[in-house]
Amino acid sequence: MRLMRRDLIAGLATLAPLTAAGHLWAAPATSARLLVVFLRGAYDATNIVIPVRSDFYHASRPSLAIAKPDPAIATSALPLDADWGLHPALRGTILPLFKKGQVAFVAFAGTDDLTRSHFETQDTIELGQDVKGARDYRSGFMARLVKTLTQPKPIAFTDQLPLTFQGGAAIPNIAINNVGKPAIDARQASLITSMYDGTPLAASVHEGFQVRDDVYHAITDHMLEANRGAVSPKGFELSARRIGQLMKDQFNVGFVDVGGWDTHVNQGAATGYLADRIGELGRGLAGFAEEIGAQWNDATVVVISEFGRTFRENGNRGTDHGHGSVYWVLGGGIKGGRIAGEQVPVDQAHLFQNRDYPVLTDYRALLAGLFQRMYGLDQSGLQRVFASVQPKNLGLL
Amino acid sequence: MYPRRRMVALFAGIVMTVLPLATPRQAHAGPPPAPRDIALVDTITWGANQSTITAFRSMGQERWLQSQLHPAPGDHLAKAAQQQIDALAVSKRSALELANDFDSVARVANEIADPDQRAAAQNILQNDMTDIAKQAATASILRALYSPDQLQERMTWFWFNHFNVHQYKANLRVLVGDYERNAIRKHALGHFRDLLMATLRHPAMLRYLDNADNAVGHINENYAREIMELHTLGVGSGYSQQDVEALAHILTGAGIDLKPENPKLKPELQKLLVRDGLFEFNPARHDFADKVLLGKPIKGSGFAEIEQALDLLCASPATAQHVSRQIAVYFVADDPPKALTDRMAQTFMQTQGDIAKVLDTMFHAPEFTAALQTRFKDPVRYVFSAVRLAYDDKVIVNTVPIQNWLNRLAEGLYNHQTPDGYAMVSSAWDSSGQMTARFEIARQIGSNSAGLFKAAGPATVEQPAFPLLQNGLYFDGLQSGLSAKTRAALDRANSPQDWNTLFLSSPEFMR
Repeated sequence: MRLMRRDLIAGLATLAPLTAAGHLWAAPATSARLLVVFLRGAYDATNIVIPVRSDFYHASRPSLAIAKPDPAIATSALPLDADWGLHPALRGTILPLFKKGQVAFVAFAGTDDLTRSHFETQDTIELGQDVKGARDYRSGFMARLVKTLTQPKPIAFTDQLPLTFQGGAAIPNIAINNVGKPAIDARQASLITSMYDGTPLAASVHEGFQVRDDVYHAITDHMLEANRGAVSPKGFELSARRIGQLMKDQFNVGFVDVGGWDTHVNQGAATGYLADRIGELGRGLAGFAEEIGAQWNDATVVVISEFGRTFRENGNRGTDHGHGSVYWVLGGGIKGGRIAGEQVPVDQAHLFQNRDYPVLTDYRALLAGLFQRMYGLDQSGLQRVFASVQPKNLGLL
Repeated sequence: MYPRRRMVALFAGIVMTVLPLATPRQAHAGPPPAPRDIALVDTITWGANQSTITAFRSMGQERWLQSQLHPAPGDHLAKAAQQQIDALAVSKRSALELANDFDSVARVANEIADPDQRAAAQNILQNDMTDIAKQAATASILRALYSPDQLQERMTWFWFNHFNVHQYKANLRVLVGDYERNAIRKHALGHFRDLLMATLRHPAMLRYLDNADNAVGHINENYAREIMELHTLGVGSGYSQQDVEALAHILTGAGIDLKPENPKLKPELQKLLVRDGLFEFNPARHDFADKVLLGKPIKGSGFAEIEQALDLLCASPATAQHVSRQIAVYFVADDPPKALTDRMAQTFMQTQGDIAKVLDTMFHAPEFTAALQTRFKDPVRYVFSAVRLAYDDKVIVNTVPIQNWLNRLAEGLYNHQTPDGYAMVSSAWDSSGQMTARFEIARQIGSNSAGLFKAAGPATVEQPAFPLLQNGLYFDGLQSGLSAKTRAALDRANSPQDWNTLFLSSPEFMR
């Protein structure tokens, strides 16, 4: 099925090459859907995708370590392969998808930004530019991706437009957990739009009214047909389920962020604060897969975070700012069920600066590799998204 | 098409019948205010209204500016606003008292044996904590709307955001009001170092950035990093991971103590103990090793190390640059001219961080004047300026609608989760989703009194009120700045409510 789609795209590309600004552009697969999920605050990857065979892990985290896999113990790690285990809070959500081959974890992933600043490194990732060069804050990598695709329908499911969508045409955003019946009626909307005519905000205002109506109808229609008496989900699960409905046929490039991962104090282990947060994330992602329906097979969800946390626990049963992280790639059509990317043994000798995971897979190389396969982008297309980055093909698509 | 004259007449009719006491102000005697004066007042305050313009014109620009930069100590709010603030529990209890109140209630709640009753008690406790934070927001909003010391209020919001804490961490909901009042507002136009030290010694900051848990042998870098990255030097200004670690060690022992009795200490450490309200520097939790910070040796000595570290940070040109730039971004532009921020930083260095002097330099700069009325309003400025223009000095009795509007626009008071504070650049606030949400709120503010004049509680009576946007200031000044397209749209309004909604949605009111 996947192969056929790719062949079709290749065929299309030769039949109807599109030119813009003097470049020959490849025709991307319009069926592909991309959702980027940004865990802001640097989630403690080490306690979610757990190096279960590493004695050094257990020694470094006397109060935080998750027990080695043991079917008899509910709070132990869930085996993923011989070296890695999954946090038990993901038992009913992510583990089944992993077993179906629809989730892959990319270990030792991250950036070459060494500030260990949340905000600086989030900006680095969202911009996707060379960390050594001067920054252009009006050019996020997802905005550049959108410009490279021929039929993009982008949207940020956030109450503010994220940096990654800044630059270029107005990209809509919507506070997905706060969708109400619009009170500004069509006549007022048209008068307001007329006041902005010819101003820099004209496109943003026009787009806003359009998306407002589309999203409201999509969500309320769905609620009417599906939510009879069911317990309604909250928090990220509610967001993610709505995103699934909207990305089924209205939008194909999405971004959402989830906060609350900066666990310096009492983060908990198999249960506790971090377990609750990751459990909610798992329910959300599984809910997204359910709601998007058959289109799950064309969807690629990438879960990223600005950096990992210190390998050793700190003095307060928490963890401080680190370096390497573990990214997630999910989708009905991905070749998952495995830990992808280059790996090294998890021991003291292989820590970065004797405190953190090293970064062996660069986020841009990983994303470029995915975009190449998802959209059939050629080298020049990829270069427009991530200049001078060599895509890394981890065989996920 | 709705004939304007008829509409204004109708509008005046509504005002006369609904609001007999609040007839539209007479336009100021003499020539109308210059658009530039309105723009200046609008930029420095939470929004131009008739009473502020009147004060500006009676004092003259320079005296008015100096009165804003150097307000007399104490509160100068109208009685109707001050009485509401004074009646709040959060105004009567210190952070120490509130934290102790809630701590003892929490202890009782946690000891209830029956799980359902325990959960119910904990739920009540949580709601009460939320209520205290909402009271703090009420006091803050009333000051923003009605304090004549408007610049002090603008800078209070700015510095809270610069030294941001989030209300939903631990017990911060009972601390944010005191933090804003005693750590921030008190120093908002004073010296930067005093402000930095006041935040450092406040339990809200110590809890939020985890320094309350930072102790010798239990190092937590969180606060140390953010002091350098966000509060003083700025990221990329040359400090290293070693500096972060050194500052973390210097800060060990600076924490919170709820207990009235002093901690048990060895005799030689007793004189190094510092206590002040909830703040405690506990020498037994401090790392007395010698440190090197930013290349300078700091001898292990206790709290004096923290004083030395702040001296170093505040004297650094990087701090002068970083802080000056943040202020200029807030008032002038997303990317303020370097020539302007350089002069502000120079003033900062020459005056040892005198905030009023730095602002004075900015207000008198040609770059500032040139940028008047170009700064896109963030949601807080948008909402406050709309309410100030609509009701002037008629004091609202319920701030909850305003709190809800700010939350809906994603810029709620005390509600930014991470220490970087809300973004100040326009691109954070002018996206499509932001604009449509803003228009919805324009409609709520413009259509009727929106609950602002109905006090909380079941049996309260709503005071008659109507948002009066077509007022003297509008006809005297604001009207002349409208584009032809905006005028054409306003001419098609079919009711005063509709006119208000469109005016508050116009591109001109966004700046």
